[in-house]
Amino acid sequence: MQRIGVFVCHCGTNIAATVDVKKVAETLGHEPGVVFSTDYPYMCSQSGQDLIKNAIHEHKLTGVVVCSCSPRMHEQTFRKACASAGLNGYMVEIANIREQCSWIHKDKDEATEKAVILGRAAIAKVHLDAPLTAGESPVTKRALVIGGGIAGIQTALDIADAGFEVDIVEKKPTIGGKMTQIDKTFPTLDCAACILTPKMVEAAQNEKIKIYAYSEVEAVKGFVGNFHVTIRKKARYVNEDVCTGCGLCTEKCPQKKVPNDFNLGLDTRRAIYIPFAQAVPKIATIDADYCTMLKTGKCGVCSKVCTAGAIDYKQQDTLVEQEYGAIVVATGFNPIKLDKFDEFAYSQSPDVVSSLEFERLMNAAGPTGGTLLRPSDGTHPKTLVFVQCVGSRCDGAEKGKPYCSKICCMYTAKHAMLCREKYPDTDVYVFYIDVRTPGKNFDEFYRRAVEEYGVHYIKGMVGKVVPENGKLKVQASDLIGGRQLHIDADMVVLAAAIEPDETARPLATMLTASMDTNDFFTEAHPKLRPVESPTAGIFLSGACQGPKDIPETVAQAGAAASKVIGLLAKDHLTCNPCVAQPDEMMCNGCSNCEKVCPYGAITYIDKEFRGPNRTTLIRRVAQVNPAVCQGCGACTVACMSGAMDLKGFSNKQIMAEVDAICR
Amino acid sequence: MQVNESWKPTIVAFCCNWCSYAGADLSGTNRLNYPANVKIIRIPCSCRLNPMFILRAFQRGADGVILCGCHPGDCHYTTGNYYARRRMTLLFSMLDFLGIEKERTRVEWVSAAEGAKFAATMNDFVATITKLGENRRLEDLRCKE
Repeated sequence: MQRIGVFVCHCGTNIAATVDVKKVAETLGHEPGVVFSTDYPYMCSQSGQDLIKNAIHEHKLTGVVVCSCSPRMHEQTFRKACASAGLNGYMVEIANIREQCSWIHKDKDEATEKAVILGRAAIAKVHLDAPLTAGESPVTKRALVIGGGIAGIQTALDIADAGFEVDIVEKKPTIGGKMTQIDKTFPTLDCAACILTPKMVEAAQNEKIKIYAYSEVEAVKGFVGNFHVTIRKKARYVNEDVCTGCGLCTEKCPQKKVPNDFNLGLDTRRAIYIPFAQAVPKIATIDADYCTMLKTGKCGVCSKVCTAGAIDYKQQDTLVEQEYGAIVVATGFNPIKLDKFDEFAYSQSPDVVSSLEFERLMNAAGPTGGTLLRPSDGTHPKTLVFVQCVGSRCDGAEKGKPYCSKICCMYTAKHAMLCREKYPDTDVYVFYIDVRTPGKNFDEFYRRAVEEYGVHYIKGMVGKVVPENGKLKVQASDLIGGRQLHIDADMVVLAAAIEPDETARPLATMLTASMDTNDFFTEAHPKLRPVESPTAGIFLSGACQGPKDIPETVAQAGAAASKVIGLLAKDHLTCNPCVAQPDEMMCNGCSNCEKVCPYGAITYIDKEFRGPNRTTLIRRVAQVNPAVCQGCGACTVACMSGAMDLKGFSNKQIMAEVDAICR
Repeated sequence: MQVNESWKPTIVAFCCNWCSYAGADLSGTNRLNYPANVKIIRIPCSCRLNPMFILRAFQRGADGVILCGCHPGDCHYTTGNYYARRRMTLLFSMLDFLGIEKERTRVEWVSAAEGAKFAATMNDFVATITKLGENRRLEDLRCKE
């Protein structure tokens, strides 16, 4: 029989105002097994904890029930207090009489009666509690960063700075991400490449960082501190160790008609290519979809011109297996596809471009060498119309996104400003729903676009764009002027909403990390744990968690890195002791539990048992790896023979709680 | 049918630790009222709920049992609530077959942010059970004091 102490907290007046705490303490004092029962104004305070500790010594308590706030709030506090008094922390149960009683009920008698019942349930559970000890698992001191954009690069650099090994996995042939395609950055208008490429080189040269470019994560197993990851290195058909990146092959390749995805299809490249001059690693890649040699077996020009002999048409995908202690997700974003927005004539006219395409048209390394020319006829546009919120803040989810993409107001102001600066003879119109510019120096930047650069900002949406005689007829409404506008534009630029990368959802499934309805990764707590996923050991960096600009991304990348460093600095992690445990005598080895376990924590062994007449029986029985088990309890229900039980939430305990409540 | 004015149903609510228990806490933090006859039992995940616990509750005199878990797709353990959903679908149809009204059991998805939904669900559930009256079919009289 347990010797149980009951401690009823007043929580100031939070509980005591609606629950008669004295009566609760007195009533629960008569429950079987309860040898001590008291109340106190603040049980979580130092003196309240001392009260519990003293009672443990004085009355030789073997179990403690605290009737107080939610266990989510102070369960740890009371467990620690009891542990310091020599009582196992898992011999403590909390009866939640604040959030689930005093705060929701007004009638004092009713609330008091409920508090007593909740206390009884907790007492019933403590009776069946057993001391539990948390196990330990080692930490692999190596981190994996998935995604090699600015978020991934910054996270990797910061982790490497602390002295830990980091691997970056990037699906494209080069790291750098979306920022490599951007021309200038707001609000300072410094060139994106000038601030990004040194970081790319730094990452490549850092001996703690290993870059798996043109690679994807294939499978993830394991748990915090002990992830086992399979990385697929896609075949480049070029030997990475031999290629010098001279680029001769990319000039000689006869297949010239490949749409250049780096320039968003605004120009073409060869079948063997290096995405851009500052690519890291600077290695050529053969596009298997277009290479004549790979498709027909006839060509081989690149192989002939390559002096280093790096071309290898027989190269295969290779799988790399690696152990990691922590994983950072930095999969970033993509602009949405605009094919659903045909009112803006995006698919009908090449002069209607997305903002990222416009970015390439303005970029000195872009298809036009930095001169703004219309994609249709190569003339200078005189009238430009920018349309904001294309796909952002949409009511109908089937067409766009319900959220604000956050960065579009600022980059549109940037584009408009750059346009007017480079070509003062242009007329620039911006149509907006709202201009949202929270951020350091952001509103000043937008006002400069309006006041100094004379950009026409018009509140209202564009209804229709009609290509006609080489012009784009723009029909729009001016909400403040209260009139319809018809503008003959030369170019229309659509500020497309951004969405998480398409690889994010399959990755989330692999990592068992949760996502919101828009496929952005969810953080463990929206305010207090913004860079951690609810899944232990998985961290979030950059736009995979929500729309972000570059400064915010870099800040979050650093924050994620510091969380990773905090994890990797530990030699061991304590595991949750509330794990599943099979009763080997009852287990019949049916495999039902193994099938439902989401973590693969259950395995089977053949074990010897003593049979009748000094014989030995060999039976197949389940085994749970306590370091892998997360304690969900799915197996306990799947077990037909009732052999599987969950420590801390055992069948008997829950039944006892049910009995106490229904009594 | 004679209606006992003073009778109040006994409701057992099983809440998963990560979403619904937190949602219940949130309805407390926001001071959203629901009847005192709802008593919550914390379980790690909705998939921990053994159908046996529900039968036990009915046998011991509970008038209604509700299971609250994370929304499908949001389970802390990834797939737990899918298991729970299947098991409960099966159990509830069997209970129905045995003559336990379908309304006495319910599964609801309540996230940690849905304090208002939790309170509204409980209010609605208690109203439903009050209308149905006492559970006599499975109740074991030997369990009554």
